[in-house]
Amino acid sequence: MSTTSISALVDAEQGSSLWRDAWLRLSRNRPALAGFAVLTLFVLVAILTPWVAPYDYAQQNLELGATPPSADHWLGTDIFGRDLLTQIMYGGRISLAVGFIATAVALLIGVSWGAIAGYMGGRIDAVMMRLVDILYALPFMIFIVLLMVVFGRNMLLLFLAIGAVEWLTMARIMRAQVQSLRQQEFVEAAVSLGLSPLAIIWRHVIPNALGPIIVYTTLTVPSVMLLEAFLSFLGLGVQPPETSWGLLISFGTETMEEYPWLLFFPGLVLAITLFALNFLGDGLRDALDVRGAKD
Amino acid sequence: MLNVNGLTISFTSREGTTRAVDNVNFSVTAGSTTAIIGESGSGKSVSCYGLLGLIPQPPGRIESGSALFLDTDLLRLDKHALRQIRGRDIAMVFQDPMTCLNPYMRVGAQLMEPLHYHRGASQSEAKRQALDLMAEVGIRDPEITINYYPYQFSGGMRQRVMIAMALINEPSLLIADEPTTALDVTVQAQILKLLSDIQLRRNIGILMISHDLAVVADIADQIIVMQEGKVVECGDRAAIFERPQHPYTRKLLASIPQGQKIPSSISPNPLVSVRNLCSWFKQDNETVKAVNDVSFDIYRGEVLGLVGESGSGKSTLGRSLLNLVPATSGQILFDGHEVISLAASELKSLRRRMQIIFQDPFASLNPRMTVYDTLAEPLLLHKLETRSSAAERVLEIMDEVGLARSYVRKYPHEFSGGQRQRIAIGRALASRPDFIVADEAVSALDVTIQAQILDLMKTLAQEYGLTMLFISHDLAVIRQLADRVVVLQNGEIVEQAETTALFEHPQQDYTRRLLEAIPGKSLL
Repeated sequence: MSTTSISALVDAEQGSSLWRDAWLRLSRNRPALAGFAVLTLFVLVAILTPWVAPYDYAQQNLELGATPPSADHWLGTDIFGRDLLTQIMYGGRISLAVGFIATAVALLIGVSWGAIAGYMGGRIDAVMMRLVDILYALPFMIFIVLLMVVFGRNMLLLFLAIGAVEWLTMARIMRAQVQSLRQQEFVEAAVSLGLSPLAIIWRHVIPNALGPIIVYTTLTVPSVMLLEAFLSFLGLGVQPPETSWGLLISFGTETMEEYPWLLFFPGLVLAITLFALNFLGDGLRDALDVRGAKD
Repeated sequence: MLNVNGLTISFTSREGTTRAVDNVNFSVTAGSTTAIIGESGSGKSVSCYGLLGLIPQPPGRIESGSALFLDTDLLRLDKHALRQIRGRDIAMVFQDPMTCLNPYMRVGAQLMEPLHYHRGASQSEAKRQALDLMAEVGIRDPEITINYYPYQFSGGMRQRVMIAMALINEPSLLIADEPTTALDVTVQAQILKLLSDIQLRRNIGILMISHDLAVVADIADQIIVMQEGKVVECGDRAAIFERPQHPYTRKLLASIPQGQKIPSSISPNPLVSVRNLCSWFKQDNETVKAVNDVSFDIYRGEVLGLVGESGSGKSTLGRSLLNLVPATSGQILFDGHEVISLAASELKSLRRRMQIIFQDPFASLNPRMTVYDTLAEPLLLHKLETRSSAAERVLEIMDEVGLARSYVRKYPHEFSGGQRQRIAIGRALASRPDFIVADEAVSALDVTIQAQILDLMKTLAQEYGLTMLFISHDLAVIRQLADRVVVLQNGEIVEQAETTALFEHPQQDYTRRLLEAIPGKSLL
């Protein structure tokens, strides 16, 4: 905001916002930082995969076949002689993208839905939340299977389908947050200033409700990634020639006895990612916890 | 009976070690009351909890000192021995009885449990004793209420239950930590009376912790004044009140609200007219008549005091004047405009002219907004300033409410309660309103801060020519500030009169009861 004009008028001390405090607390939490570092690394690799992957993604070497890890192929090769590391890197692009994009979809719908329902209350709230209840009650596997069958297998659809399932919980959390915030006197003060409901939600309610939402988001990403892995494993998600960690694991299980590394490495990478996200989520929860905040 | 010597307790945190209690001495004798007085953070509670091993260690640490209780040093006892003494010989009464009672257990069962299990009383014997105790602490119809759950009692009755529980094991020392702070004035007076009755009957010692000198004025024999972990003054009641030595004690005494307002110039035409206002709401299929058929006027330039106990509907009334709570029926005229049926756009321009200051400055400021954002919001919203000119006005407001300009970019959590209340006052005044509702605006503050904020509000009200509805449960505060007073009980107006007339010639029994309950009347 008009910080320049303030600086011109007074030598103001910089305050320490709750976000900054939370960041300081997070930066003292080693597991969370490690998780954050691992995730950043994975995301960077995923983005840069086409340039840094050691081999061409589609390049087969049928003569070579499946080989265990070696100097040429650090993580070995699959039955078609394709480099597993390259496969995992390309699979990571899809898995991470599903994780983050589907979560973003869930976040967007869930937060606005929950905020509006919670703030408006009354009949609007009742109608909006009953809809959530109904969607909750639908067996989501059937829902996704139906989507896949009707519209064909489609990556975008997969993002949307998973996001459409995950936003329900997000909306409920947001609504509960907003309902308790609505009782707060600073919101009442904003009403008495004459702010419109949307301005109040945007300026006063959402920033204060974000803590639990951020935490839940970091926990949603792994569950979405697991969901994708699960769907791909069942043959409902990502299909060859595209690949994802879930699909790699699915193929790995088929040849588990002969070529265990084909299951081990994709599983390991997925596990590391999930660990990292959970550590980060726990760290964020502690960092954003009001009780941990000073006063 | 209890003799505390050189007690020093420190707390270690990331920022270093602080001495919360520094070389504190006090004593309690049987049949008398010792009161420890201090503001929040003065170490008054820590010193008492430290004695009983109730502070977490670490981060707390008892560095030195002794606490002789009937020839045993409490500070040398191990956890187990201390637990024996705690509850048996020394019992505690806390500020908030609701959090100390098991909400899922009948009150009678909670009273009988220790009698039955720890003292081996038979079921019927335990019940008889529980009934006796309930009668002793003045709970009506114990035969019926023994089967109640805690939520079925009022705050005052719950505090009586807590006192009964404290008395079960016939302790010789009762530690009461702000036992009446959460209660209404009339109830507070009753509880204080009850405590001194029990003391007389049972000849026990009472150690009372309070932030309010006025509260202990009537019952304390010895008074210890603490500030920043140190005892700054101690002595018997008369000495403290009549010949205070330490400047801090004098400041505390001076902060007890007394005296009354010089009447302000009031114009004869009302700014706010309320006619037959009702604000009802449904709760568990019952209609709660929070405000019922209330009519009054607030004249321009006047401070109208609205007094009543909790549940009297005074907050609902204040909020419905600003249309923050929907009114069920009736009429509110603000400067000729009907407030209740106003369209949103008209309401917005009216909102600029009427503002509210809340009780709890910790809840009334958005924790994620800087002082600048908070104060600039009304200016920008009502287009009173442009983005570039707002900064100067914000700093002016900070001057007016006594906040250093350099704090402009700080966040609420970096301020003390009093400073936060100044920010809240600044926000209410930013849009230059004509009318302000102050809802218990000083009740959550320490006494010395309370006095400062009251002064500030008085000055600003005069400067701005404000009309104010000042809501409080505290008649002493109302008397300082209000030109006229409206007394509210169960949603209805019991009495309204000029402040002086009301205090000198109350017409109604209820008003008289409220006046008699003002703590520390003897001081006025």
